[in-house]
Amino acid sequence: MSDTIQLPRWIDVGVLPLMNLVLAFLISGLVVMAIGEDPTEVVRIMLYGAFGYEEAVGYTLYYTTNFVFTGLAFAVAFHAGLFNIGVEGQAYIGGLGVTLAALYLNWIPAPLMPVVSILAAALFGAAWAYIPAYLQARRGSHVVITTIMFNFIASSLMVYLLVNVLRPQGSMTPESAAIDENLTLPYIHDMAGWFGFDMTSSPLNFSFVYAIACCVLVWLFIWHTRWGYAIRTVGANAAAATFAGIEPGRYIILAMMISGGLGGFMALNEVMGVQHRLLIDFTAGYGFVGIAVALMGRNHPFGIFLSALLFGMLYQGGAELSFEIPTITNDMVVVIQGLVILCTGALEHMFRPRVTRIYTAWRLRQRAQEAA
Amino acid sequence: MSDTIHSAHGTGKTGTVPPAIELRGIDKRFGAVHANNSIDLKVEKGTIHGIVGENGAGKSTLMSILYGFYQADAGTIHVDGTLCNINGSEDAIAVGIGMVHQHFMLVEPFSVLENVILGVEGGAVLREGVDKAREELRRLEREYSLDIDPDAIVGELSVGLQQRVEILKALYRGAEILILDEPTGVLTPQEADHLFRILGTLKQQGKTVVLITHKLREIMAATDNVSVMRQGEMVAHRHTADTSPEELSELMVGRKVLLRLEKGNANPQGTVLQVDNLCVDTRAGVRKVKNASFTVRAGEIVGIAGVSGNGQSELLEALGGIRAVSEGQVMLNGQDVTPGRGVGPAELRQRGVAHVPEDRHRMAMVTNFSAEEAAILGYQDDTAYQKGLLLDWGKVADATRHMMEEFDVRPVDPHLKAANFSGGNQQKLVLAREIMRDPDLLLVGQPTRGVDIGAIEFIHKRIVAMRDAGKAVLLVSVELDEIMSLSDRILVMCDGFIVGEVNAADANERVLGLMMAGVDPKQAEAEAGK
Repeated sequence: MSDTIQLPRWIDVGVLPLMNLVLAFLISGLVVMAIGEDPTEVVRIMLYGAFGYEEAVGYTLYYTTNFVFTGLAFAVAFHAGLFNIGVEGQAYIGGLGVTLAALYLNWIPAPLMPVVSILAAALFGAAWAYIPAYLQARRGSHVVITTIMFNFIASSLMVYLLVNVLRPQGSMTPESAAIDENLTLPYIHDMAGWFGFDMTSSPLNFSFVYAIACCVLVWLFIWHTRWGYAIRTVGANAAAATFAGIEPGRYIILAMMISGGLGGFMALNEVMGVQHRLLIDFTAGYGFVGIAVALMGRNHPFGIFLSALLFGMLYQGGAELSFEIPTITNDMVVVIQGLVILCTGALEHMFRPRVTRIYTAWRLRQRAQEAA
Repeated sequence: MSDTIHSAHGTGKTGTVPPAIELRGIDKRFGAVHANNSIDLKVEKGTIHGIVGENGAGKSTLMSILYGFYQADAGTIHVDGTLCNINGSEDAIAVGIGMVHQHFMLVEPFSVLENVILGVEGGAVLREGVDKAREELRRLEREYSLDIDPDAIVGELSVGLQQRVEILKALYRGAEILILDEPTGVLTPQEADHLFRILGTLKQQGKTVVLITHKLREIMAATDNVSVMRQGEMVAHRHTADTSPEELSELMVGRKVLLRLEKGNANPQGTVLQVDNLCVDTRAGVRKVKNASFTVRAGEIVGIAGVSGNGQSELLEALGGIRAVSEGQVMLNGQDVTPGRGVGPAELRQRGVAHVPEDRHRMAMVTNFSAEEAAILGYQDDTAYQKGLLLDWGKVADATRHMMEEFDVRPVDPHLKAANFSGGNQQKLVLAREIMRDPDLLLVGQPTRGVDIGAIEFIHKRIVAMRDAGKAVLLVSVELDEIMSLSDRILVMCDGFIVGEVNAADANERVLGLMMAGVDPKQAEAEAGK
């Protein structure tokens, strides 16, 4: 009965990730020492580079926005028991949808454009996720394999479209025409300006606000609607779902399409928020890092926001670092990021048995004292 | 009279011959669970020693320690009077301990001989080992009258014979002490009797047998001594002849329990469920239910008896809408509800069919969910649980608390994870979820599997109460006792066919047992009468 002790949530989502993180930074520190730099100096530069001044914060949060979307995307599929490796491709195709909407539906009144681009991103991302989802649900083709394949297909398709179709005449770069500045998403510093606040300009834009809204919506959907309940049932026990009249295939498709749609939202930040045009490879691996973000955040929107913030910090602080200390090249920064992913994602359960044992022993002693 | 029986067990031997197994102060914890609390046990040489206890009492843990799967935190194991250090099954085999697991460890496409020598082939070239093994096997088989063809393919043997292969395996490895873990769960009563005869022969040849079971009838029939475990502790040792099922069950549970179910006569009304020529195939195309036809009326309990794996599970799942029907028709209250043709579990629920599936952990609940989440499984779309687009968890928690109070689920905590309830409490929650919907038809499979005796009593009473409230109940169980004490009519299934129907009042175990083995009812009665 209640004899089996569950780890309390604060250890599960607080202490354990923190221990993994500390381990990652300890190893990173050793690596930094090995190339003859001072780890404390590195930490100082990274933290300052990520949070030290207004523009830095703006950049950190701009990266965070991407990770929130891709992390949420991965998490929703994960609750249905699916490992969606295809967020990268879904985000890429989402970008196509956003760009097409902005370029060809430019007669739409500007105030409505954010809504239209959200719909376009969701629609294209979801459509791209639908095919692997259908193959998984109805044909039993494993979603891990098919989504990986669909990343490559998305990549080739976009190269073709950018080079042959979307590239404006006379341009030598494989990118789409620029989107009308009136239609793009407003920057946060501009929005602050409307209310009379003065902010340094940064790429941080309205997408960040929408990302936070998505966190809340995903939380409501997964834990407070019957569809979320059905998705979690399918993910935890497909036989029980069938027994309950929840047809697993239908909810596999639903979860994957929502996942793809959320992945597509990443394009809002990049295409409509910052670049204002469709660039080749604009997804730059954010979709893959989203897997680590979601796993580290325990597939819970709040946890995902926190881990997205951490990765945003690593990206921005890391960029600053390679700029400040020439011996720490960009590859070094990637190594540090990789260590964080390794320790928080792949080695997630390393400390768990030990912590569980210590906690259990402590609880038992406490119970014995209570009884005495 | 008890004096004579007492002396017949030759307790005088203890002074001279050391016990085959002696456990002293065995202690084992899994996290917070104290699975074995300083257990002492003596098993005399050349006896059959029963170990009884409810699920989770620690029997299997204790035997796993003896067989080297787990290491004890404290305590010592003595075999034939010598202290042994058992760190793995090889060590256990080396000191002459053999184990027959509940789930057989056999390679089905291999022959009996190949299975027996697996792991002890003796050298890189098979030929020599095989020849030697064949000879040894013949000798063992003769000595213990096991009736097995060494060249038969194991996958083609019946479950009872497969079990004998397991016993043969242990004997071939030189086992002097044989541990059998719940050996009769998959056997017909006749097969079980045969097994006990074999165990008797083993005893005569001087082997020692440890029999783990929760069936008191078997303990009384087959053992010399019995030890009772409860909540990780060894609570009593008895000579079987000096005890009774009542005393043993009281020791197991820690309080008095009613073994016989008291129920009045059934008062059947109109037909609720009518099944005509039902056929069910597995996805691989194997026909598991063959032309089943029967009815269940309001106000009666119809039990389906059968050795597990003879189509009852598929039948129940098909009626619950989980499996598609290949042929035939299912009528509920006069309407066609044949599953698979547009009718699924959700619609059947709406039409008043409640289903308690056989496998609680695989199907009836999601063990990772909280109790309240488990309590709405299947009814998650009910408007009473919704608040606009969202689920109303406040109402769900209230409903769950109500279920828990009504069905005595402890602890009454809707937020506790389902996995943290005991088997009995999980099952009571599942029953509460289904029964409190007030269905017309209750499909219930293995209602007391993995459930402690105290809860069994409660569950049986609630099922009878359903019947008395004028509901139709279809019960599937592999526990013949359960079928016989609960049902008003009994259908017997064998190899997918319903071989016959028996009125529960006239049923006896021998006839049912023969029918479960596929014997025609009339012939079975004649044979049982002999």
